Amino acid sequence: MRFEWMYWTVPTAIFFITIFLMIAGMLVWELVSPTVERRGFLKIPTTRGTRFFVGLLGTAYIHLAWLGLTDFNLWFALPISAVWIFIVMRWG
Amino acid sequence: MEKWADNKAWFLVLPVFVVVAFSAIIPLMTVVNYSLQDIFGPGNAVFVGTEWFKEMLTDTRLHDALGRQFIFSSLVLMIEIPLGILIALAMPKKGWGASASLVTLAIPLLIPWNVIGTIWIIFTRPDIGLFGVGINSLNLLDVPFDHTARPSYAWVTLMAMEVWHWTPLVALLCYAGLRAIPEAYYQAAKIDGASSWAVFRYIQLPKMRGVLTIAILLRWMDSFLIYAEPFALTGGGPGNSTTFLSIYLVKLATGQFDLGPAAAFSLIYFLIVLLFCFIFYQALLNVGKGEKTS
Repeated sequence: MRFEWMYWTVPTAIFFITIFLMIAGMLVWELVSPTVERRGFLKIPTTRGTRFFVGLLGTAYIHLAWLGLTDFNLWFALPISAVWIFIVMRWG
Repeated sequence: MEKWADNKAWFLVLPVFVVVAFSAIIPLMTVVNYSLQDIFGPGNAVFVGTEWFKEMLTDTRLHDALGRQFIFSSLVLMIEIPLGILIALAMPKKGWGASASLVTLAIPLLIPWNVIGTIWIIFTRPDIGLFGVGINSLNLLDVPFDHTARPSYAWVTLMAMEVWHWTPLVALLCYAGLRAIPEAYYQAAKIDGASSWAVFRYIQLPKMRGVLTIAILLRWMDSFLIYAEPFALTGGGPGNSTTFLSIYLVKLATGQFDLGPAAAFSLIYFLIVLLFCFIFYQALLNVGKGEKTS
């Protein structure tokens, strides 16, 4: 198998490994303690997976907004995103 | 603890997962890789970080295309949904008329999308097209009608084509929804002396809620991703007046061969579509639940 055509770089590899590890972590979490559907501030019935998806999607938007609207270093968006994911996972 | 017994069923999803991995996930990963690099040729790429994203997010042509896309999709919904409902209400309920109107309505849906563009080019031509010649013979317009002459003409042609192409889908969905209403509801309304508006407002519309949600979802997403018809009809012109997101994306990717910016653009586009998918999916999931509580 040759992967040259995919033009892998170290940052993108770290990015995808992190995503896959998070998904794998969600699977383990689900096996250890199955999720219960509930309603939070999102006003829709959500499972843990739904909130995780909303968290990741929000993270992408936070990064895009940071990049498009500010000139500061993009790394500042990362802690904001982490806080956002935590808020959504906990109270979403 | 019984639910654990069923977990082996997940292995049955594995073939789909493999197909999706090869058709969607691996290409998507490749696009992510592209979006962070400047690719000069095979095996010759330079890592540029988030530069393309920054460039695309501040690109006024992208903003314009996005704005156009939202206007187009909103207009499409505002015309197609009420029109589709009206057609469905007017269609015969049984007999040969029902079959005939169903077949007639299905015709635009069966034509390949780029052929539709070609049909409408010919239909609106000012020299030989039925519509073009017809409207020009009325002498109502200060500039003779030609869909390439003015942005407003191009938009009218495009909207007419889109409505002609996809209203039948909305009508067919609504028709199916209407046919599913038991006769007892109409009988009850008749006994109460309900007006035809009341029948529509309190029986037909609530009962069509499910199919209407699907229709709105399908039409919004499809019109948001529209490519073949405007490409065939106007090619994005005149100027950039009908350059929607996908047309701009293809210009960028295969016209100018700017793979990096095009990849960044694709991911932004993808995220917008993903957000709408999620919202619509949630709306669809909860569409039945509201009825029970009310």
